[in-house]
Amino acid sequence: MHDIYTGQHQAPGLPGSHERVSEISAGQQRYLHGRKKHRRIVRASRAAILLAFLFLWEFTANTGIIDSFIFSSPSRIALCFWEMVKDKSIFLHLGSTLYETIVSFLLTTAVSILAAVLLWCSSKLSEILDPYLVVLNSLPKSALAPLLIVWLGATQTTIIVAGMSVAIFGSILSLYTSFIGVDPEKIKLIYTMQGNKWHALTKVVLPSSIPAIISNMKVNIGLCLVGVVIGEFLAARSGLGYLIIYSSQVFIWEGILIKCDIDNSKTSDSIPIWLHLYNSPNFSNPVCNAA
Amino acid sequence: MEPILELKNINYAYHNLEGETKALTDISFSVFPGEFVSIVGPSGCGKSTLLSIICGLIEPEKGLIKLSGKYLRDSTTNIGYMLQHDHLFEWRTVYHNVLLGLEIQHMLSARSRGHAHELLELYGLKQFEHAKPSELSGGMRQRAALIRTLVLDPDILLLDEPFSALDYQTRLSVGNDIGQILRDAHKTAILVTHDLSEAVSLADRVIVLTARPAAIAKEIKVTFELEEDTPMCRRNAPEFKHYFNLIWKELNTNA
Repeated sequence: MHDIYTGQHQAPGLPGSHERVSEISAGQQRYLHGRKKHRRIVRASRAAILLAFLFLWEFTANTGIIDSFIFSSPSRIALCFWEMVKDKSIFLHLGSTLYETIVSFLLTTAVSILAAVLLWCSSKLSEILDPYLVVLNSLPKSALAPLLIVWLGATQTTIIVAGMSVAIFGSILSLYTSFIGVDPEKIKLIYTMQGNKWHALTKVVLPSSIPAIISNMKVNIGLCLVGVVIGEFLAARSGLGYLIIYSSQVFIWEGILIKCDIDNSKTSDSIPIWLHLYNSPNFSNPVCNAA
Repeated sequence: MEPILELKNINYAYHNLEGETKALTDISFSVFPGEFVSIVGPSGCGKSTLLSIICGLIEPEKGLIKLSGKYLRDSTTNIGYMLQHDHLFEWRTVYHNVLLGLEIQHMLSARSRGHAHELLELYGLKQFEHAKPSELSGGMRQRAALIRTLVLDPDILLLDEPFSALDYQTRLSVGNDIGQILRDAHKTAILVTHDLSEAVSLADRVIVLTARPAAIAKEIKVTFELEEDTPMCRRNAPEFKHYFNLIWKELNTNA
């Protein structure tokens, strides 16, 4: 039609309008070479820092600069890990922590998106609930874990709820903040097209909040893991949290054992259940470090 | 001829805890089919509020609006609204941005999709159909926004300073483009702007508003004796300066 419609006033350097040079010029080559070098340096430095750290740890532990009994060493950890891989106990613990973390993470994400949508739908509701959310978010969740055990029993559900409790309130607050931060003009656009609140939510608010939702999920998975480990500290028979508590208690037990030997007294009646497990012949010690 | 849009004694005020701010007082005017009306006024006088009222986004406190003889609520007249920024969604391609209104109004069909393709081709965006909005220049983005509005086949177009976010050069050519597109399609349009030369170059009639609370200061009919009545030709015509000065004077005496 008219030549004014063919886009004659395109800005120069616009993608699609500028021509790509088919042969690579010397300048471009230098640039590409420089980028490659930069990437190599970054990767090599990252690896070097890790290796240097491991080496320093191993070296100081072996030469007695640090107490390897307390600080352990990379080789002992690797050995211990290998032992646990061989007797497959690590998979049980990893698996149960992974399962609990993923379930609590998915539930947290789903529930917090739903709650944030509800709050977005009603500004009255969000104004009413705002102080409660802030208070719930600032609760020390690890202190709640013992209560959760009393309320829900020492089951996996408790651990999943403990995982959720750490992440969920902050997640709701941050999602809601990103929902109401959406450009009101974009929402107005929906209304000018005779759209309603549902359209505003599905066409504007949710799609434009996807980056916020994803970064929120990244935070959540970490927090859920923290919550799950706290839960496992108190109410689990397997999992990484259980492993940590177990090893630290075994560590203390060695101290007690030495004392018992000195006193020459039998105190097996007062030994807690996990010590029986420890003493049972078919139970291999999961934490070599403490052994 | 029956006016396509009729405003009678529209009054509107903003409320907050400190008190109320009157925005519009007794605004009455009519727009006829195919007419291009510009509304100019000092910044912050309530021009955009007026468009929001016409579109039904906010209710006037007093007064009534009729579209093709029917009250706004019962009217079936389709209103298109173009905002200051294009607000193309970055998570959609240009083509899917254009379909947004059709999706909302449940009018997606093979025919309406075809119509969208036609408009994109007609206005020179065919090759950018599957591009992301960020790959388009400012002028092309604004044209994509216009297509998004036009694909709904509106009877009246409300333009809320749609060129003000563009740089001057793009602004002139896009103003020219869009003015031409609307004229060729015989669309009725109401353009709100604070750029007097834009108003004169595009409109058949200019309505000048006073400072807040806005009332109509004057209506000025704009006619050019031109063989080819395009915005660009108007800017070079001798009458242009006359209209410009007339509106300028009117704005200053009422500001």
